[in-house]
Amino acid sequence: MTAYLDNSATTKPCEECINAVTNMLESNWGNPSSLHNLGINAMKEMITARGEIARSLGVGREEIVFTSGGTEANNLALFGAVKARKRLGNRIVTTAIEHESVLQSAQELEKQGFDVIYLKPDKDGSISKKQLFDAVNKDTILVSMMYINNEIGTVMPVEAMKRAVKKAESPALIHIDCVQAYGKVSINAKKLGADLITVSAHKIHGPKGIGALYINKDANLTNQNFARTFGGEQEKKIRPGTESAPLIAGFGAAVQALSPIAEQKRYIKELNGYAREQLGKINGIKFNNGEDTSPYIINIYIPTFMRSQTILQELSSNYDIYVSNGSACAKGKKSHVLTAMGLDNETLDKSIRISFCRYNTKEEIDLLANALKELIEKHPLEKI
Amino acid sequence: MKEIILIKNGELTLKGLNRNTFEDILIKNMKKRLNDLGKFEFTKSQSTIMVDPVDEDIDLDDAADRLSKVFGIAALSRACVCEKEFDSIKKTAVEYLEEQLEDAKTFKVEAKRSDKKFPMKSPEICRETGGYILSKFHHLKVDVHNPDIIVTVEVRDKYAFVRGNNIKGAGGMPTGTSGRAGILISGGIDSPVAAYMMAKRGIELCAIHFASPPYTSELAEMKVMELLKRVAKYSGTITTYVVPFTKIQEAIRDLCPEEYFTIIMRRIMMMIAEKMAVKQNCSALITGESVGQVASQTMYALACTDCAVNMPVFRPCIGMDKEEIISISRKIDTFETSIQPYEDCCTVFTPKHPKTRPHLDDVLAAENKIDNLDELMADAINNAKKVIIR
Repeated sequence: MTAYLDNSATTKPCEECINAVTNMLESNWGNPSSLHNLGINAMKEMITARGEIARSLGVGREEIVFTSGGTEANNLALFGAVKARKRLGNRIVTTAIEHESVLQSAQELEKQGFDVIYLKPDKDGSISKKQLFDAVNKDTILVSMMYINNEIGTVMPVEAMKRAVKKAESPALIHIDCVQAYGKVSINAKKLGADLITVSAHKIHGPKGIGALYINKDANLTNQNFARTFGGEQEKKIRPGTESAPLIAGFGAAVQALSPIAEQKRYIKELNGYAREQLGKINGIKFNNGEDTSPYIINIYIPTFMRSQTILQELSSNYDIYVSNGSACAKGKKSHVLTAMGLDNETLDKSIRISFCRYNTKEEIDLLANALKELIEKHPLEKI
Repeated sequence: MKEIILIKNGELTLKGLNRNTFEDILIKNMKKRLNDLGKFEFTKSQSTIMVDPVDEDIDLDDAADRLSKVFGIAALSRACVCEKEFDSIKKTAVEYLEEQLEDAKTFKVEAKRSDKKFPMKSPEICRETGGYILSKFHHLKVDVHNPDIIVTVEVRDKYAFVRGNNIKGAGGMPTGTSGRAGILISGGIDSPVAAYMMAKRGIELCAIHFASPPYTSELAEMKVMELLKRVAKYSGTITTYVVPFTKIQEAIRDLCPEEYFTIIMRRIMMMIAEKMAVKQNCSALITGESVGQVASQTMYALACTDCAVNMPVFRPCIGMDKEEIISISRKIDTFETSIQPYEDCCTVFTPKHPKTRPHLDDVLAAENKIDNLDELMADAINNAKKVIIR
């Protein structure tokens, strides 16, 4: 038996997605920009997929631009927003626990002379509304925050973003990285007052290599603000290039196949409760995130002499259990999120992240609990 | 907190004895529009209609958004239902309207009571509620002339409501109260606007679109369907006919003098549209024509087009500038779709020098060169494709 518990890194593509992608590759492979029927048929699939994603965010089809994934969407969002508003101010407010694609972009913008504020999380990984209200001022042109943190599962105060901007009478655009939150919580862009939202397909049982950026049509943003790739007329010239119709169709199919949010949340909460119960019985295990974080993620410290990378390799090779340490894209570096929370080195070095999806079961959790018990027995702390 | 939506009727208040019928039609339209969101209960109460969500988890934001596009409604507001006693009322006001009160700088309180047995009179309700709000929101000031937010307390027979500012309704008359008309829809900016404007007066729409493959592509047709979907958000269901026009256009090109191409084409379109409109129980046609915009829409050309039919032709854009038409087009969200560059019939065989002041006799003579016109028209009508747009 195998247990895939690394759903924050990526998810298993669902059957609907695979069918959609295969169909596009086998039967509907025209260039969507071609004016003949073969092209038009491919374009129709794209229109349907775009509609699904738009509907899931409460926005119009014309406000969705497809990208190669979350990283590209975050880059387009940050650099595009800043280029559009740079004459109105110089400050960017974000957090220290954003995804690397946001952090690195922010650091690049810092080099270009922008005043970037990185809100620090408290020891629980939370950012407070007060921090937001204090940091956003009249000089702020962009506020970028993720909805749910991918490492620790903390839910950010995203509803407070638009109020902080309004209160400070700031010209700031609001960007919310919803890559981890998509499909797990209900996201209504207009209600949140968001101007830009990033989503990605491979976190919701869709294919890798495709994501989307929502761009508020009332925010006065043009393709010239976003211009980084130059070429054809596709995606309103914001992200030109022959559209990846198969992946787009897969994305749309995955969105359509999402379970109703409330129902899925109930199930995951049950799994999470069970996991905390079973893992809590193991002596020495510490939970790095509490029950007020997203039920989809559990981050735990393992009392062993092995470091986290070794722990996860051991679980993978000998037990067929897949978890991660920190963020997959960091590929072994120390987690910047756990570091920002001020956790001690011992915890930093030996913590693993378990992340759930709708396909996980209690049996998989039992498998993990037993494996961890054995691992701790065979390789206890004192072996150093 | 139990939230409902309150609807303030529009011109219906002018209708006297007809009011009940109109209100019933409005309720029927609202039911249709909210159908797939869940179950709602509709209750009439003086000049207000109460829309009460029965199922839990109903997306009230979506419901309010849809209702803001239903014709016949002057204004709507979301209200919170509470117990009919003051302690509950004041707490509800503060909790339900927290975000709006936080964001506002000035406010005032209005009160209505239909239950005269309620222990507090309206001015007292205003005073006490206002005082309580001031005690909770220290930044607020009272402004009785032009406040940012008006908090309204309504005390009814069984319970009380608290609501904030109104949302502007779509105005106009409920769809179906003014009969049916056929709209000639192209993919341009004007015809969707014309459709919206006449639907606003309570007219149910039936749409007729002319397609000329291979001269016009499927993309042009898809564009028209998209435009009609957006109009349908306001007008309700639109029964649409796509009429195959290729043979007729080729006949015009082959047999008629070039400078009369466009005007003959438009006359034939009107004739076909009239025949189809009659079959669909329509009493009028609608077009997006405006005087002076293009060569085929000079007064003289319009006169020649107009006399091709007997039905009244409504041209709501006739006196509007392009800018004004575009402004409405943006408001109803059809502009971006309209400007997509897919050729439609009107631009397929464009004469180099169109006649701007055609004489009817010359036009008729040119038109008569198509000796099998009746046959071609009947053929086109018989092969029309029907699509229901919701």
